[in-house]
Amino acid sequence: QHRHLLELLKRTTVHGESNSALIIGPRGSGKTALLNHVLKDLREMKQVTENLLENPFLSGLLQTNDKVALKEITRQLQLENVVGDKVFGSFAENLAFLLEALRKGNRTSSCPILFVLDEFDLFVHHKNQTLLYNLFDISQSAQTPVTVIGLTCRQDILELLEKRVKSRFSHRQIYLMNSFDFKQYIKIFKKQLSLPAEFPDESFAQKWNNNVQHLSEDKTVQDVLQNLFHHTKDLRSLHLLLMLAVSTVTVHHPLLTAADLQEASRQHRTDSKANIVHGLSVLEICLIIAMKHLNDVYDGEPFNFQMVYNEFQKFIQRKAHSMYNFEKPVVMKAFEHLLQLELVKPLERPSVRAQREYLLMKLLLDSSQIMDALQLYPNCPTDVKQWAASSLSWL
Amino acid sequence: MNTRQQSKLIYSWYGKPMSSDRKLRTSQYKGILITSESSRTETCIQLGDFILVEGVNADQPYVAQLVDLYEDGAQQKHAVVQWFCRLEEIPQNKRKLLKREVSAQEVFFDQVLGYDTDIAAETIIKSIMVLPLHLGEELPIITLNKEQTFYVKQSWDGKCFKVLSPDTFSKLKEASKKRGVITNSSKAFIPSDTLTPVKKETESVVRSATKPKNACMEIESKHSASKFSLAKERHSQRVANNDIKTPTARKKLELNSPTRSKGRLLGCEVLGLLDDDCDAIAPLEPSATKRKVKFTSELLGSPPKIPCSSDKSKSTPETAEHCQRFSDILQLSPYTKVKDFSEKDKNLHGKDDNLSLVGYQKPSSQSPVLTPRSRRTCAQKTNALIAEQISLLKSHGKLVAEEDFLSGSDSSYSSSSEEEEDDDVPCTPEKKSKSSRIYSTPKSSKKPAVHTPAKTLKKTPLPGTPRTPRNATPEIPRRVQAAQEPASVLEEARLRLHVSAIPESLPCREEEFQDIYNFVESKLIDGTGGCMYISGVPGTGKTATVHEVIRCLQQAAENDELPPFQFVEINGMKLTDPHQAYVQILEFLTGQKVTATHAAALLAKLFSTPGPKRQTTVLIVDELDLLWTRKQNVMYNLFDWPTQKHSKLIILAIANTMDLPERIMMNRVASRLGLTRMSFQPYTYKQLQQIVSSRLKGVKAFEEDAVQLVSRKVAALSGDARRCLDICRRATEICEFARQKRTPEMVRMAHVTEAIDEMFSSPYVNAIRNASLHEQIFLKAILAEFHRAGVEEATVQEVYHHHVALCRMEGLQSPTVSEIMAICSRLGACRLLLVEASNKYLHVRVRLNLSQDDVMYALREE
Repeated sequence: QHRHLLELLKRTTVHGESNSALIIGPRGSGKTALLNHVLKDLREMKQVTENLLENPFLSGLLQTNDKVALKEITRQLQLENVVGDKVFGSFAENLAFLLEALRKGNRTSSCPILFVLDEFDLFVHHKNQTLLYNLFDISQSAQTPVTVIGLTCRQDILELLEKRVKSRFSHRQIYLMNSFDFKQYIKIFKKQLSLPAEFPDESFAQKWNNNVQHLSEDKTVQDVLQNLFHHTKDLRSLHLLLMLAVSTVTVHHPLLTAADLQEASRQHRTDSKANIVHGLSVLEICLIIAMKHLNDVYDGEPFNFQMVYNEFQKFIQRKAHSMYNFEKPVVMKAFEHLLQLELVKPLERPSVRAQREYLLMKLLLDSSQIMDALQLYPNCPTDVKQWAASSLSWL
Repeated sequence: MNTRQQSKLIYSWYGKPMSSDRKLRTSQYKGILITSESSRTETCIQLGDFILVEGVNADQPYVAQLVDLYEDGAQQKHAVVQWFCRLEEIPQNKRKLLKREVSAQEVFFDQVLGYDTDIAAETIIKSIMVLPLHLGEELPIITLNKEQTFYVKQSWDGKCFKVLSPDTFSKLKEASKKRGVITNSSKAFIPSDTLTPVKKETESVVRSATKPKNACMEIESKHSASKFSLAKERHSQRVANNDIKTPTARKKLELNSPTRSKGRLLGCEVLGLLDDDCDAIAPLEPSATKRKVKFTSELLGSPPKIPCSSDKSKSTPETAEHCQRFSDILQLSPYTKVKDFSEKDKNLHGKDDNLSLVGYQKPSSQSPVLTPRSRRTCAQKTNALIAEQISLLKSHGKLVAEEDFLSGSDSSYSSSSEEEEDDDVPCTPEKKSKSSRIYSTPKSSKKPAVHTPAKTLKKTPLPGTPRTPRNATPEIPRRVQAAQEPASVLEEARLRLHVSAIPESLPCREEEFQDIYNFVESKLIDGTGGCMYISGVPGTGKTATVHEVIRCLQQAAENDELPPFQFVEINGMKLTDPHQAYVQILEFLTGQKVTATHAAALLAKLFSTPGPKRQTTVLIVDELDLLWTRKQNVMYNLFDWPTQKHSKLIILAIANTMDLPERIMMNRVASRLGLTRMSFQPYTYKQLQQIVSSRLKGVKAFEEDAVQLVSRKVAALSGDARRCLDICRRATEICEFARQKRTPEMVRMAHVTEAIDEMFSSPYVNAIRNASLHEQIFLKAILAEFHRAGVEEATVQEVYHHHVALCRMEGLQSPTVSEIMAICSRLGACRLLLVEASNKYLHVRVRLNLSQDDVMYALREE
């Protein structure tokens, strides 16, 4: 892949051949890294540097429409209508100007330009795909040599292109996949964690690297890594995990241990919503349990506050010894707190007509999450726990 | 199209009809009166006069001679004209036939048959001067009103230039003479009893003579001040004219006339008179001129050239004249702002160039007529130098200095004119009254000059710091190193296979080519308009064929087989907005840059009114469907113009869909598009094969079978020639990689297959295989859920349960909900799944973006 891209760019710069290509791969698969690497290699080559390769870099997240993108291109190309880093003029003028500029060049005399379009899929949604059409059209005609490189994570990108834009695209796709297996993953882990040779304190570097080597053979560490590897092959999540672990390193605790990694993994994996449940009051927990029962009874149908309150009332009247019978406004208040925490979500926007008690809601927690959270909840009254465990037993 | 010209003009006949034709119900007149409402001026144009006629471009009116004027049955005023064409109107490729430099003021007697000589009288702008000259003759130097005088040396009949035939020449000469007489006589015969009528009449006559319209508007505003003195002055001239019918008088007239601030002086007149009287001037002027020279030299620190000039007494009249010009320009400047300065400089340079030509010939021809001219040349040169020096001074200082200089020169002039008047006084008995009146002259000429500093200073935006460099040249920097030439056979092949490489011929599109060619050719010959709609899937050579047609037609037009035509191309994709189409068309046609609505109006006017000398326009509209608007007015207009009688517009519309007119166009638009349709069929494999092999002619890089495989594959899919070429190109690259080991440089089947696989392979399966374990399990869970529910849609919550169950079966640690959400969004980003917006959390609905079988297939392989 690297070689392919390098060849492609080299041809553009050296021979003045126009090209277009797409680099497709899931997030964190190193698309941008690959491109940067190739560009770095390219710059080191003598022939290329003399030809002064220009590359406007556009990101779909920044250049949200063609107008902005055009201005950015002209700015980065430092064309003559740029005044002090700013581009004036209307959209139509700018487009005409840029096209004119690119048309003037020809294969042999003008400087090749490399367009990099990050988040290519966002450019596809621009009106009429004008920018893409024009860029590809230039790359398919005898004008200034250009290479258009798009970076995207969408596999179906070609279907998004309009047919005439698609026809002009050269269908050169470079797929990047995280196709390594677990052994390579461990290797990457070691490489990422090891200190480089030019680290000033050599003895410490030696010790640290030995430790890392040791860690990589450790069973628990391998388990942790295996788990992560099963979840995602994205290297960024590995970085995140290692970051969490390494941040525990202090002067008194100079070396990374397996326990650190385990702890980090635990933090990394914790369920965010379940975490929120831990901070709730008993009343709120009760409400959630009531909702859970409702969900069980009605098989996931939406509910409203009145139903929840009734369920709660039933529990209080029949079973509860430890719970105080709260008044309705208090329960309402607790319910609204849950709403704010987004543990409960209304089906539609609150309107003036519908009373708040009767707004239909949905619970955003799974029953297993609730049970897990209850297990960990400190000082939970036993009858509440029992009520949660068996929805029907108290009847 | 400035506001000045929009002031209403009323056209009325001058005098009674000379003759009338009962049958045709036309009546002929000998002159037309143009009255401007706002300025209350009247201009009379008579038969035989030379006129300017409104053209396509407001800046470039046509030049013509009025031959006949008549009114038809419908009360429409018509004029029959003999055209003259400017150099700009002659096709570029014919200009070289001329084999000489042509000044901007030269026009050609037009004998091209195709042009309509019958025009609407309302298009006449004003009258001008056209002077016939012999071929060898140099252009006379025009001192004033450059824009008003043209010269004819040769005729142009559409194919070659000819010398004017003697009778045309004499006719023209006569016409211009007559004209001169008219102006002269009108000056001479003004009765002197009442001053006001004199004033008015002189004004109108003078105006009718040569004054540019804008100048007249301008003078309007100023005239209250200078009118009176002008009239007086005129009066004095008349007196002089009546009394002394000698060269001196005429010379005086000529010297006085510059004081009439605007470009009223007929350059030719001046010249003729000058030639006659140059010797007469000389003895009269030494005192005045010498003083003047001194004055200027004092004023400007360093103009050593004036004193240096060989014959002071003779060069100074010219300098005096120049001062007039300066003051003229200065008087204009409040209205034309700073850019005048640069323009003036340019003018001077331009003249300088013209003059230097003359100057070079001085040594060879020492005729007395030329000598004063050459003198003038050096004088003008010095003036140009002065101007340059002035312009070099810094912006502010420059203005002031110039002001000083000009007013100074003005006064110096007035003094010299006074002097000269004094010299005259002894000669004529009536001098008392005259010289007393003459004192008004300096005033009149000075007054505007006094006004100017304030005005110019106020109105001048400081030059420098232009906000938007409008004139920025769009250009990509040149590359330092030349592009490498292809070294190997494969590289050569790749170069030829690039879509951009222009093949010598277009194989497999001969029929279509012929059809389009015939269509356009017939329309061109008939001089009518029409539309043609061309459709076809992308990459079938629509645009290429049309361009080829145009190229052939242009070639034919160059070889005089066809009438010349203009070619305009717009591309719907390259427009930001459908309405921008107007702007682009107008820019192509006339070079103007205006807003979209204005452009639409201009174009509508252009195509709907009978243009006098209009060439046929061939307009290519690429990607027509993008010009669609809700009201469809852009398309409506485009297709409406060709149906207009006089438009001479041929439209070739290109789009992808065959039934576009029926599908998206309203009935009225579709009906105007007409039924001339053509559709480009996708290429068959044989045609693709032919295309590739024709491009590879002479380069042995591909195996026959390989080419055939590619063409069959592409033809089965889309018939897109671009795709075919791209695959071949990729195959050469693959071959090149593989070549390192083996020597033969041929693209074989294996390479082509690899390239095809690369281009057509579905990425999904590969993506799934490389996904992580839990991602795969998630996909399995989705499949299971789909299977259970029987609906191809599930919420994450449901899938989650399945996922946990699957994990238990596999003996893996089950993931938390957060992790599941992460997996889900990651798969969504790759578009393996279609995922709703994520704010619904567990209730997000999920669908597969590929068939279940594909997922099964991908997962089973493990």
